[in-house]
Amino acid sequence: MWRVGTVVALHDETATARTITLEVRDWPGHVAGQHVDVRLTAPDGYSAVRSYSIASPPNSEGLVKITVERLPNGEVSPYLTQEVIVGDRLELRGPIGGWFVWRSQQTEPVQLVAGGSGIVPLMAMIRSRSSVGSKAPFRLLYSVREPGAVYYRDELEALSAQDCSLVVTYAYTRAAPKNWPRAPGRIDAAMIAGTAWPANLASTCYICGPTPFVESVAELLTASGNDRDNIRTERFGPTGDRK
Amino acid sequence: MSSNTYDYLDGNAAAGELSTLFAMDITAAEGQCAHCGAKRRFAEAHLYMRGPGVVARCAVCENVLFRLVNVRERVFLDVRGMTYLSIDTSHVRTSSDSALA
Repeated sequence: MWRVGTVVALHDETATARTITLEVRDWPGHVAGQHVDVRLTAPDGYSAVRSYSIASPPNSEGLVKITVERLPNGEVSPYLTQEVIVGDRLELRGPIGGWFVWRSQQTEPVQLVAGGSGIVPLMAMIRSRSSVGSKAPFRLLYSVREPGAVYYRDELEALSAQDCSLVVTYAYTRAAPKNWPRAPGRIDAAMIAGTAWPANLASTCYICGPTPFVESVAELLTASGNDRDNIRTERFGPTGDRK
Repeated sequence: MSSNTYDYLDGNAAAGELSTLFAMDITAAEGQCAHCGAKRRFAEAHLYMRGPGVVARCAVCENVLFRLVNVRERVFLDVRGMTYLSIDTSHVRTSSDSALA
C-alpha cells in the first residue's frame, strides 16, 4: 500500500513553499486533482501522515510533484520544505481520490477557483489540459494574499499567453501590485460576476482552499446561478496528528 | 460565528485511510443520509479528524454518516448513518487517464 518515492528535484515556489519531485518506480499513474498521503517515520517509530495534492500532470515517467506550504507550527511541512534533500526517500500512499478530478476527456468549460495553496491540484488540471492539447475552455480565479505568495506565476503566464482559452485572474486579499485595478479583498459576488463563466454555460467548477474559503466561494457560485451538482470542492486545513 | 464553525475538511481527506479498506476509491460514490435523506457524493461529507478517529457528517443536516476508528491492529467502521453507498465502477482504473484518452 505504501510506496517509496525518491526525491529527484527541489524547487522553491515562494519564500515558504517548495515543490518536491519524487520518482516512484511502481507509480500506477494518476489523474489531475488527486492527492497522495505522505508518511514520515521517526527513528523511535513515531509516524505522521499528511495529504498533499499532486501538482504534476498525468505522465508515464513515474514522476510525482507535490508543492508543500510551510506551516509555522507544522509537524511535517517544515521538514518537507527545509530539511529534505535530493536522494531522500519518502513513503507515499496513492494516488487518492476520484471525485475532485479533471479527466482529459472532459470538454465542457471549467472554472477553477484557488485559495492560497489550493492552487496545487488546479495547476495539475491546467498542466494536464496543456499536456494533452485539450481545448476545453479554462478560467482560473486565484485568490492569494500578496504577489509574493503566487505559486507557478511564470508558467501560468506563459500558458495563458499562448492560449486564449486559458484565462487567469488574480484576486489579492492583503496586498496587490502597484496600479492593480482592484483594491485588496476577498473574492466577492462582483468578482464572480466579472471573471467567472456565466452560469448558463454550465461549467464544471473546482474550488480548492481552506474550508472557510471553499464555503464562501461555493455559496457565491451557487448564488450566481451555478448548479450545485456542477461544483466540486476540496477543503484543506491543519489536521490532527494521525498515525 | 463560533471558532468551530469551519473545523472540518471533506470526504477527500479520509480517502487515503479508506483505501486500506476498500478496493475502489469511494470519494465519488453517492451516499444517502439516513437522517435527512440527502444524496451526496462521499467527497462532499464534512469530515472531522481532530479526535481519536474520523467522523463524517452529512453536509446538509450534520447527522453522523460514519465513524472510523483505528485501535491497534483493528479498524472499527460504523456506517449506520448512511442508508446506502452507491459506487460507480466505470473509472475503476483511475490510474491511467491518459491511456483512456
